[in-house]
Amino acid sequence: MQKKQGLKDRLDAINEYEQEPIPQSKLKSWKSFVGTYAGEHTAGTEFVLGPLFVAHGASAMSLVTGLLVGNILAVLSWAFFTGKISVKTRLTLYHQIKKIAGSKFTLVYNLVNAGLFCFLAGAMIAVSATAVGLPFNMEMPTLTDVFPNSIGWVATVFVVGTITTIVAMFGFTQVSKFANVAAPWMIMIFIAAAVGVLPRLGINSISDFWPVAETTIWTGEPLIGQSKFTFWHVMFFAWFCNMAMHIGMADMSLLRYAKKWQYGFSSASGVFLGHYIAWIASGILYSLFLLESDNSLVFAPGPIAYEAAGIAGAICVVIAGWTTANPTLYRAGLAIQSINPKWKTWKVTLFVGLFTTIAACFPALVMRLLEFVALYGLILMPVGAIIFVDIYVLPRIGLRSNYAELKNISFNPAVAWTWFITLAVCLLLNLFIGIEIFFLGLPGWFIAVGGYIVCSRIFQKPTAHKMATPTPIPTTVNAN
Amino acid sequence: MTFFLKIFSFVGLGLTLVPSFLVFQGFIEPGLSKTLMLVGTIIWFATAPQWLNKFQEEPKDE
Repeated sequence: MQKKQGLKDRLDAINEYEQEPIPQSKLKSWKSFVGTYAGEHTAGTEFVLGPLFVAHGASAMSLVTGLLVGNILAVLSWAFFTGKISVKTRLTLYHQIKKIAGSKFTLVYNLVNAGLFCFLAGAMIAVSATAVGLPFNMEMPTLTDVFPNSIGWVATVFVVGTITTIVAMFGFTQVSKFANVAAPWMIMIFIAAAVGVLPRLGINSISDFWPVAETTIWTGEPLIGQSKFTFWHVMFFAWFCNMAMHIGMADMSLLRYAKKWQYGFSSASGVFLGHYIAWIASGILYSLFLLESDNSLVFAPGPIAYEAAGIAGAICVVIAGWTTANPTLYRAGLAIQSINPKWKTWKVTLFVGLFTTIAACFPALVMRLLEFVALYGLILMPVGAIIFVDIYVLPRIGLRSNYAELKNISFNPAVAWTWFITLAVCLLLNLFIGIEIFFLGLPGWFIAVGGYIVCSRIFQKPTAHKMATPTPIPTTVNAN
Repeated sequence: MTFFLKIFSFVGLGLTLVPSFLVFQGFIEPGLSKTLMLVGTIIWFATAPQWLNKFQEEPKDE
C-alpha cells in the first residue's frame, strides 16, 4: 500500500509545464533533440512507409531525389516555423491556441488532434505487435484486412499497448531517455538488415546496386490496385508526412524546451536517418519479401525484419513502433489534458492509451497509413498557419494577436472559419480538380494564411481602451 | 568506467552493423550474421543506458 501511494505521488509530481512557459532552468540541450528526433523518426512508421513506396511504383530515381528535396524542405519548416515560434512563446501548441482561439475552439481542436494522435500511435502499436506475435505463430494481417483477424492478434496488441501506455504515463523525460538509447541501434539494424539481403536480390557488388534498384526494387510499376507515385508524390510526402509536427506546430510541445530556435535543425537527424535511409532500407526488405513470396498480400513488418535480421530485427520492429507510439501518446495526453488542466497527466495518458490500444486492433490503420498520414497533416496544418499569422503578421497590419485572451472570449470565430474554409476548399480541390491528398498541404497553407487575415479583419472589433494602454503579453517569453 | 562502457557500447553497435557487410562480401553466412547482431544488440542495451542519458543531462553541452 505504501509502495502504491509512493507511485501515485511520483506520477502526480510530474510537471511537464503544460499550462505555463518552460522555465529557463528546464531547457534542454540540442543533443536531447537530436536523440529525440532520431528516435521518433527512425520508427515503426518507417517499416510501413518505405514498403508503400515500392507498392506505389516509385522509380529508383524519383525516390532518391524526391526524398532528398522533400526532407530538406521538412527540416527548414521545423527550424523556421516551429523552432522560431516555440522559442518565442515557450508554450505548448494547445496553450497557444487557447490564447488565440479561446477555450471552446481549443476543446474541439484538441479532441480532433488527440483522436488523430491516437490513431497514429495505434498504428505503431500494431506494427510492434507483428513482431511480438512471432514466437506464438500468430496469424499476420494482410493488405486487405480491416478488422482483427484473430484473438491472438487482439491479445498481442493489448500487451504492447499496455506497456507503451505505462511508459508514456511517466512523461517526456522517460520517453526521451529511451529514444536516445534506442535510436543509434535502430538505424544500425535498418542498414544491416537491408545490406544483409542484397545478395538475395542479386546485388553482389556496389556496381550492381543501381541496375537492380531500377529493375527489381523500385521498378516504377505500382502493384495491382495501387496508384502510381512520381517524383512529386515522393517529394511532397517526405515534406508533408510530418506536416502536423512542423507547419502544424504540434512540435511546439517539444521545441519549447529548446534553448535556441536553431535546434529545429536537429530534426535533420530524424528525417535523414528515418525518412531517407530507413525508407530505402525497408523498401529493399519489402521488395525481397514480394520477390520470394510471389507477391503475397501479407503485410507485417515483424516477419519481414525477422527474416532479414533475425531476433534483433524483430526486436527492432517492437522498439521502433514503441518509440513512435510513446511520444505520440504523450502528445495526445497533453491535448486532452488541456481541456481540463486539473486532470493529472498520467490519468489522461492512461485513458488515451486504452483508446489507442483498442484502435490498434484494426489492421486497416496500418494498411492505409500513407493516406492517413497525409490526411492527418492536412487537418492539423491550418491551425499552425493561424499561429504563424497571429504572431508575425497580425501585429504588422494593425490587428491584435492572442485575440481570445485579449477580449476574454472563449471562441474566436476568425479561427474557426479559417479552419473550416481551408479544409472545405482542400476537399473541393480534391473532389473537383482531382488534386491528390499528398499535394493539398501547400495550397492549403496559403488558403489558411489568407483566410485568417481576412477573417480577422472581419471579426476583430476595435479595442480602443486596451490599445491605449498596451500591456505585455503575460505568458509570452522571448528567450533570445 | 564510463570510457570502458562506451567502448563496449560501440563494440555492440559494430557487431550489429558489420556482419551484414561481411554477408554482402560473402565472408560469412546470414545465420552467423543474425547471431552476431543479437549479441551486439544485447551489449548495446546493457551498456548504453549507463552513460548515454547521463552524458546528455550534463549542462555543459553548448
